[in-house]
Amino acid sequence: MRIFVLNLRTIENNENMKILVCISKSPDTTSKIAFTDNNTKFDENGVQYIVNPYDEWYALVRALEIKETLGGNVTIVSVGSAADEAIIRKALAIGADDAVRIDAEPTDAYYTAVQIAEYAKSNGFDLVMTGKETINYNGSQVAGMIAESLDLPFVSLATKLDVSGNTLTLEREIVGGLEVVQVALPAVVSCAKGMAEQRIPNMRGIMAARTKPLQVVAPVAVDTLTSYVSYTMPNAKSACKMIDPTNMDELVELLHNEAKVI
Amino acid sequence: MSVLVYINSNNGLHKSAFEAVTYGKKLGADVTVITSGNADAATLATLGNYGATKVLVDRALNGDDAQQLTRLIATAATASGATSIVFSHDIIAKAVAPRLSVRLKAGLISGAIAVPSADGTVNVNVFSGKAFGAVKVNSAVKIISLLPNSIQPEANGAACTVEDFAGNAGDSKITIVSTKKPEGEIPLPEAELVVSAGRGLKGPENWGMVEDLASALGAATACSRPVADIGWRPHHEHVGQTGVAIRPNLYIAAGISGAIQHLAGVNGSKVIVVINTDAEAPFFKAADYGVVGDAFEVLPRLTEAVKKFRSSGH
Ligand SMILES: Cc1cc2nc3c(=O)[nH]c(=O)nc-3n(C[C@H](O)[C@H](O)[C@H](O)COP(=O)(O)OP(=O)(O)OC[C@H]3O[C@@H](n4cnc5c(N)ncnc54)[C@H](O)[C@@H]3O)c2cc1C
Repeated sequence: MRIFVLNLRTIENNENMKILVCISKSPDTTSKIAFTDNNTKFDENGVQYIVNPYDEWYALVRALEIKETLGGNVTIVSVGSAADEAIIRKALAIGADDAVRIDAEPTDAYYTAVQIAEYAKSNGFDLVMTGKETINYNGSQVAGMIAESLDLPFVSLATKLDVSGNTLTLEREIVGGLEVVQVALPAVVSCAKGMAEQRIPNMRGIMAARTKPLQVVAPVAVDTLTSYVSYTMPNAKSACKMIDPTNMDELVELLHNEAKVI
Repeated sequence: MSVLVYINSNNGLHKSAFEAVTYGKKLGADVTVITSGNADAATLATLGNYGATKVLVDRALNGDDAQQLTRLIATAATASGATSIVFSHDIIAKAVAPRLSVRLKAGLISGAIAVPSADGTVNVNVFSGKAFGAVKVNSAVKIISLLPNSIQPEANGAACTVEDFAGNAGDSKITIVSTKKPEGEIPLPEAELVVSAGRGLKGPENWGMVEDLASALGAATACSRPVADIGWRPHHEHVGQTGVAIRPNLYIAAGISGAIQHLAGVNGSKVIVVINTDAEAPFFKAADYGVVGDAFEVLPRLTEAVKKFRSSGH
């Protein structure tokens, strides 16, 4: 855990820091991926849902570390149906204070982001955190869309985040490297690996989560800008050609003449 | 149909820029490129070879702040009457394209891997590369962010005009304190050749073999998740479902078992070579070429074979 450089005044200032952490469900990474209804729907049969790892491991845990050091409040928000309350309770068990479920099917990233932005607008948060992407649709869209809807600065793919007073200092991935940046709150941050270490909820956390407030709010009217029409599976690989481990010249020859990649 | 392509030209033009312009050309005859910074006009004019009609450049805007770039591209989209906007799906696009989608209320397809099908849908990777989804945009203007290495750049045009453009990008609210860019490294998502290694290499001190092969090939290096987690390699090299997703022409994996989460990030590779002591390693099922053998012997041998091949004029 990193240590904050603080004076008393900034602690006081941050005592009421309100952090909103956006979580999404995603199928467990070992799930068999299949489609139904003529390949138009993801087959949920036998699929176990988890909290999207980037949201849980990085955004949520870092938010909790900030709260533990500086005080404040961590709220979970998720757009989804009653069935998704299991993943919300998991986030509460890890340590979030309260949660909001926006009661709607998250039809696309735009729809989801505008729902969250509307909620954030009417409830006043200092910092909105998300994972860098979901592992099912891998769009990396929601955080940037929330930022634009709220007209806030957006630091994407942050690998470190520290708070001092009203200023965030972040390390983020840029094309071919890393950059250290500063931004004043309020802001939106998407979190990548490096931000924090995964936390496993303990029994006390799981018990406490049952009684933590989980508010259900109605969605606002929003258009859906994109839709998934159908899905296909990649072609099965043809059999692997085995090469004698002592004959790497043959491998190079095949990569050049047969595969044509070098 | 008018097409606008955003290009990041801050560090010269990369292959991904040529891919994005080529893609734009396939969407419509009239392709405008929007960029910013101080790349010289002669360099920018070469985008005409790939199909750009003209390049607009905002010289007043430096850096890659998402809020500013969003304003710039929105201004250019309005000025050019674009109905399609194309990005290369890199770190900048991941921050800018979603903002632009909200600003223009234009549907965003991120990570496109092909040109639109006859029905107008565009294929993207879903479930971290375990399947493809066909996405339809319901709005009048659409934004497509193209995954690097998905199409071949086609240069059959001529240099185009380059015009100064005032994008009214405003101020940035983000202050850059410092930048770390390792010299001479090939950014992993753009690399055409990748050499990757896993826990089978036993320790960070053995990565010299991996780097030697990578430098003989001109390849980028990558690793499995546990290797990044224990700190043997930097996080940005971690590929897979919870790391970087890549689709190089060639992916060589040594001492990696081929867990489903690892495969998810690399199975878009055109050709996969697997080196593993265990003939039963699951990775062989996803491989094109397999070598059952000790990486400590096979990697140096392969490096020598590549050097011999390269020195014979390839
Ligand atoms: C939610 C979740 C997300 C995950 N995301 C990712 C991800 O994004 N990326 C990722 O990589 N993993 C991910 N994992 C982890 C994944 O399940 C595997 O544990 C991991 O990929 C294994 O790494 P490895 O192949 O390097 O190590 P191991 O599984 O330990 O395999 C080492 C391999 O090296 C071989 N070997 C040993 N010695 C030699 C030698 N001398 N020469 C040649 N071969 C040798 C062995 O036969 C073995 O096949 C994730 C797991 C979970 C639960």
